[in-house]
Amino acid sequence: MTKGRIRARIRRSHLYTFGCIRPSTTEEGGPNPLQLHGPGYSRTVYCNQPLIHEKKSLFYCKNNISTTKYNVLTFLPKALFEQFRRVANIYFLLAACLSASPISPFSPLSMIAPLAFVVGLSMAKEALEDSRRFLQDVKVNNRKVSVHKSNGEFVPKSWQRVMVGDVVRVEKDQFFPADLLLLSSSYEDGICYVETMNLDGETNLKVYPLDPSQILLRDSKLRNTDYVYGVVIFTGHDSKVMQNSTKSPSKRSTIEKKMDHIIYTLFTVLILISFISSIGFVVKTRFQVPKWWYLRPDNIEYQYDPKKIMLAGMSHLITALILYGYLIPISLYVSIEIVKVLQASFINQDIQMYDEETGTPADARTSNLNEELGQVDTILSDKTGTLTCNQMDFLKCSIAGTSYGVRSSEVELAAAKQMASDMEEQDMGSDLSNFPLIKGSVPQENVRRAGEIELETVITSKGDADKRPAIKGFGFEDSRLMNGNWLKDRNVDVILLFFRILSVCHTAIPEVNEETGVCTYEAESPDEGAFLVAAREFGFEFCRRTQSTVVVREKFSASGEVVEREYRILNLLDFTSKRKRMSVIVRDEEGNIILFCKGADSIIFDRLSENGKMYLEATTRHLNEYGENGLRTLALAYKRLNEQEYTEWNNEFQKARTSVGTDREAMLEEVSDLMERELILVGATAVEDKLQKGVPQCIDKLAQAGLKIWVLTGDKMETAINIGFACSLLRQGMKQICITLDSNAVTNDRLEVVKGNILNQITNASQMIKMEKDPHAAFALIIDGKTLTYALEDDMKHQFLGLAVDCASVICCRVSPKQKALVTRLVKEGTGKTTLAIGDGANDVGMIQEADIGVGISGVEGMQAVMASDFAIAQFRFLERLLVIHGHWCYKRIAQMICYFFYKNIAFGLTIFYFEAFAGFSGQSVYDDWYMILFNVVLTSLPVISLGVFEQDVPSEVCLQFPALYQQGPRNLFFDWYRILGWMGNGLYSSLIIFFLVIIIFYDQAFRINGQTADMAAVGTTMFTCIICAVNCQIALTMSHFTWIQHLFVWGSIGTWYLFLLIYGVLPPKYSKTAYQILIEVLAPAPIYWTATVLVTIACVLPYLAHISFQRCFNPMDHHIIQEIKYYKKDIEDQHMWTRESSKARQETKIGFTARVEAKIRHLKGRLQKKQSALVGVSSPTYT
Amino acid sequence: MSTDPSTSSAASAEEQSNKRKSKKPKYSRFTQQELPAWQPILTPRWVIAIFTLIAIIFIPVGLAAFSASQRVVEVEFEYDSTCIPDSYKDNATAYIKDDATNKTCTQKLSIKSKMQAPIFVYYQLDNFYQNHRRYVKSRSDEQLRTPDKENDVSSCSPEDYVIINNKSQPIVPCGLIAWSLFNDTYKIQNNDKDLVINKTNIAWASDRNTKFGSDVYPKNFQISGLIGGAKLDPNLPLSEQEDLIVWMRTAALPKFRKLYGRIETDLEADDEIVVLIENNYNTYEFGGKKSLVLSTATWIGGRNNFLGIAYVVIGSISLLLALGFLLLYLLKPRPLGDPSYLSWNKNPGGLR
Repeated sequence: MTKGRIRARIRRSHLYTFGCIRPSTTEEGGPNPLQLHGPGYSRTVYCNQPLIHEKKSLFYCKNNISTTKYNVLTFLPKALFEQFRRVANIYFLLAACLSASPISPFSPLSMIAPLAFVVGLSMAKEALEDSRRFLQDVKVNNRKVSVHKSNGEFVPKSWQRVMVGDVVRVEKDQFFPADLLLLSSSYEDGICYVETMNLDGETNLKVYPLDPSQILLRDSKLRNTDYVYGVVIFTGHDSKVMQNSTKSPSKRSTIEKKMDHIIYTLFTVLILISFISSIGFVVKTRFQVPKWWYLRPDNIEYQYDPKKIMLAGMSHLITALILYGYLIPISLYVSIEIVKVLQASFINQDIQMYDEETGTPADARTSNLNEELGQVDTILSDKTGTLTCNQMDFLKCSIAGTSYGVRSSEVELAAAKQMASDMEEQDMGSDLSNFPLIKGSVPQENVRRAGEIELETVITSKGDADKRPAIKGFGFEDSRLMNGNWLKDRNVDVILLFFRILSVCHTAIPEVNEETGVCTYEAESPDEGAFLVAAREFGFEFCRRTQSTVVVREKFSASGEVVEREYRILNLLDFTSKRKRMSVIVRDEEGNIILFCKGADSIIFDRLSENGKMYLEATTRHLNEYGENGLRTLALAYKRLNEQEYTEWNNEFQKARTSVGTDREAMLEEVSDLMERELILVGATAVEDKLQKGVPQCIDKLAQAGLKIWVLTGDKMETAINIGFACSLLRQGMKQICITLDSNAVTNDRLEVVKGNILNQITNASQMIKMEKDPHAAFALIIDGKTLTYALEDDMKHQFLGLAVDCASVICCRVSPKQKALVTRLVKEGTGKTTLAIGDGANDVGMIQEADIGVGISGVEGMQAVMASDFAIAQFRFLERLLVIHGHWCYKRIAQMICYFFYKNIAFGLTIFYFEAFAGFSGQSVYDDWYMILFNVVLTSLPVISLGVFEQDVPSEVCLQFPALYQQGPRNLFFDWYRILGWMGNGLYSSLIIFFLVIIIFYDQAFRINGQTADMAAVGTTMFTCIICAVNCQIALTMSHFTWIQHLFVWGSIGTWYLFLLIYGVLPPKYSKTAYQILIEVLAPAPIYWTATVLVTIACVLPYLAHISFQRCFNPMDHHIIQEIKYYKKDIEDQHMWTRESSKARQETKIGFTARVEAKIRHLKGRLQKKQSALVGVSSPTYT
Repeated sequence: MSTDPSTSSAASAEEQSNKRKSKKPKYSRFTQQELPAWQPILTPRWVIAIFTLIAIIFIPVGLAAFSASQRVVEVEFEYDSTCIPDSYKDNATAYIKDDATNKTCTQKLSIKSKMQAPIFVYYQLDNFYQNHRRYVKSRSDEQLRTPDKENDVSSCSPEDYVIINNKSQPIVPCGLIAWSLFNDTYKIQNNDKDLVINKTNIAWASDRNTKFGSDVYPKNFQISGLIGGAKLDPNLPLSEQEDLIVWMRTAALPKFRKLYGRIETDLEADDEIVVLIENNYNTYEFGGKKSLVLSTATWIGGRNNFLGIAYVVIGSISLLLALGFLLLYLLKPRPLGDPSYLSWNKNPGGLR
């Protein structure tokens, strides 16, 4: 980029009448210097003498940052502590500690090995995740910045080596490495433009003039300014952004929390059966063991000694607690963690969530919450950067009551497409027969035509859409205005004025590209940039700005030549969010004084003169249309002034301007207000706040999936409402409930009055919703930040929440980061449902951390949101895939997995208990130690992991086609207590079947043709074989999706068991003990071993098989039907049915463009019904 | 580490694009979760077929097992009370503990139906907790296997050492299991002829060959202190002491049978056999029962009606389920993949 010489000379601060009045920033949550110099806190900084700060007294912290949880030294103790915060792990740790004592029923190895494995694996995962954080920090710490060395020489230094007192030079579009005090900038008067989107999410640039209280904050970005010099005053963790950052809370999913309850339940069962055992043991030992001479009760260890029955009983209790530990699945946590890491890697690897433009794949930063993605109820979304790209396209305009611009906005396109397909379907479908009144051919023809018309638009605009990105910021197409054709228009004068307003009324600076000679503009807001680009394309190229003039090159002048016209800027009344308008007063070359004004339509319309309302009606209509189509609108007006009039006003103005004191701002406003009256309306502009790709479609799908979407934005209400329209969160005909406060009321009224006022508004609105009879009526709640402050207070928040929940969409505007977090908390705690917050900037960090799931938009500059998030995606539209596919799958996978885990451990653990009753409650296990170790770690873990990683009820495309399937998650159909208890019951049943069938079969009889009877090893091994076969067959029945991996794991697990038994039996008896040769010699030749295994396995799975068969045949769930449709390829044979069903497969929703189209169709039908005989003009459907 | 953001040169742009490419996930059916998969569906036809198949397999297998069990001839004779002289009826423990009394007990048993050789002779104990944790652990496998490890008796207390001449000597075989070895003996006569009870090969071959050493001889066994059960021939290696080997395989349940020997001649129906029992083993103290069992065996082992019955029951349940599903299917058929069963069609007001 090159900078014009003229530019450097402009004292840009003079452009701003209001903008450089700083106090406003403090109340907007911007940098507040007072906080930094609070009482008792002062800081001495020796500018350009960083060496001084290396000494003790003035030593400030370094500029490197660290966001890691652990370091090399603290990792082991801290991570171990984390691990043993889980009750189950503590239990296993205690059990392992006791395993060396004779109390333990198992060998130390069999207790310690699984625990070490499980804890080691979890810690390895922690280490991996923390190392990623570390690398991220390293990356940030190694960013380079130019630091003053000596004699004006600047050398690049990495951020971490920047010291307090350093003078740094920050170039355009760079981030500030620390909190800086501005020293000078490329502009003479030392102002600079800063984008603080990363900090507070506001998109308009902030102006920083040279002032001791103006601190450039770390992680904000220098814009529109070539360079600034600043002295470092706060470094590293002292900087505001780091001070404000809170530690990410560790989040746990709903399922996991519920799982804890199940674990506690199992612990209760464990303690209960341990007590039962101990009582049994005490009774046996006290009354029978003294007679059991073969145990030598006269010379017995304390733990069996009938004479010290209390001690024996206590020690047996501990033995029992350890023995029945198999009820608590030790490998559950670690299996879940493995599964979640693998699921997360699938999310990361999903090629359809990879953004080509920014080159970022999705990133599941914490894998704890995968299944939570499948249970989301409310999405809280940031606006800028999340829903929108913060790029404006000039799309349409209305001049002198005529609307120009044929291109459709994205919203129109999306809606029209939906409408076309709906109409098409209705023609074929039977839906119309529900409306007996419109059976006649004519109205139906009309409906069809409406569809066709829309369809045509879609097709034509589609072709255009491809060519669109020709000029950034300009999406306008209409031959009537392009290429000078407007000169032939009958309203040529008005059009000329319109273009002049566009090209003169702004605060931008042109930059001439030296190669092409084309101007580009550096504007404060992207809207302004879009206007100037538009003006340039229309032939009014703003090409130069001096201190007091604006030069516009007019291509199509009356003379037919290119002429440069110079306007002297007399006054500039700039835009503030309060004024909602800006004006310039210029003197043109002919000497006329004109005021050009642009602003929010409501503001401008209030200020029109009687004869300036010529086009008011038409313009209003157009503005509504634009608004409906999601465009941002501004009205343009002008006013001619005579010399005297101006001079009088200017005197007043200068007086106000030079006044000193607190009321200066009020005076200026008052004077400006005097001038901006009696305007003449010229027209209006419509700019598309470009939504990110696929946002309306994504919102539509998410709405159909039954999700509620709230928009929380720092932007002003109008913008927010526009975006609401653009995203189809709002539509015409929706009743908008705006809860606002008069800004004066806040300052003047007492608190109770204000609160009463708000409460009143809320109750009235709630009342209104309750009274509403029309089932299709939709309400939207719009509330601004100030009002929200009161609405979020304890005494009112529940009413507010109640109202908000009744509304189809909720938009909160001008909310501070803190409020975003508070709203999130309110929704989370108030509704008890799962919330997801999505955002891209540092201002979203609070809500991202507060929500059950935080999603950050990655691929943009600034990492705060991503760093705080649980999932990072590059585009909002990927949210659909993340939730509807990955969330849905993960939810079902984890839910089934946990249920199965409890099932298998109950089935196994209880057999140990039953055996105790037959072994005098002595604490003897019927199984070999090795079987027990392998049970959880090897023989049953892989199948359940494959279930957790690979299970798919329906393929991904079906998930997308049938968004309603998502509701299985929020409704928690797969992890409710009914299901959990069912699985536990199944486990109990299986344990009974396995134990008693095997015991009865092997009771006392010979089991071989050679007359041998079964000893404990044979019975135990047979029983264990039955368990392995039964639980693995059970999981095979649970699965609905078998890839080779599942086959390998499930059948492989059974195979592994036999293989293990074979190998274990071949080992010398020193190792194999009682299992020596057990398979080859003892069991395998016995037909009864095999028949018993088959019998027990089938008997175990029979009830489950019957249950799922019955459910499926007579009470099928949605995914069952869809599986069948897919299986019989009905979706291909009967495509119409398939599309019809997928369009029906959605939650009833009032947001999204589908709902909007439906509302439109309803409206059309209503009209058709009324005028059945008359032809209805559908070519220009009006919206109500 | 990372690229310098301040240099916005073409080189870094290229690097950037390379970096981008490297971040792009590689396509594979595995990572995209698109592996070919078998997705079976439990259609009514399958359900009926599966249950019918189970029934078809289980019922015949059950019947076969049941008939095999029925072919087994078993004679069980509980002699614990019978073999106590009337004078000792109230004081059986004293009787059994008294070395001086004659404990031989003669009984007649009638064979109901023909028993084909081999006929297995078992002793059966009840209420004897061979599976008690203390008991199970009280052995030393190492010591049984090799003479070098005869001092490996740490798990055998209190039957680990004996004091001989003030020196403690290890007991071989040590531990409670060996110490409490069953010591009743049986002689069986048929038509006044002694039936040979073959006591070889009654233990598992692996035990004889590997776990019990052929060069390990009983030592200091049952020589002093409390005498438990049987004594062993100190001149016979452990690998040939098959009664011990059988006994050392501890039973899973408190009621168990152990192989005593084999009779390798047939017994005809209505044969009256005479059993001479040396009633030595003290089950009276703990209220246990003792039985002598003669039994033949088939492929399912001894008499085991339960297996066959269980098979038939499960098979019948399956058959009933198959019929039930068939009926339901015929009466209330649900066309597969019928979209009208989708929840949004069932409850038009919205999903439940």
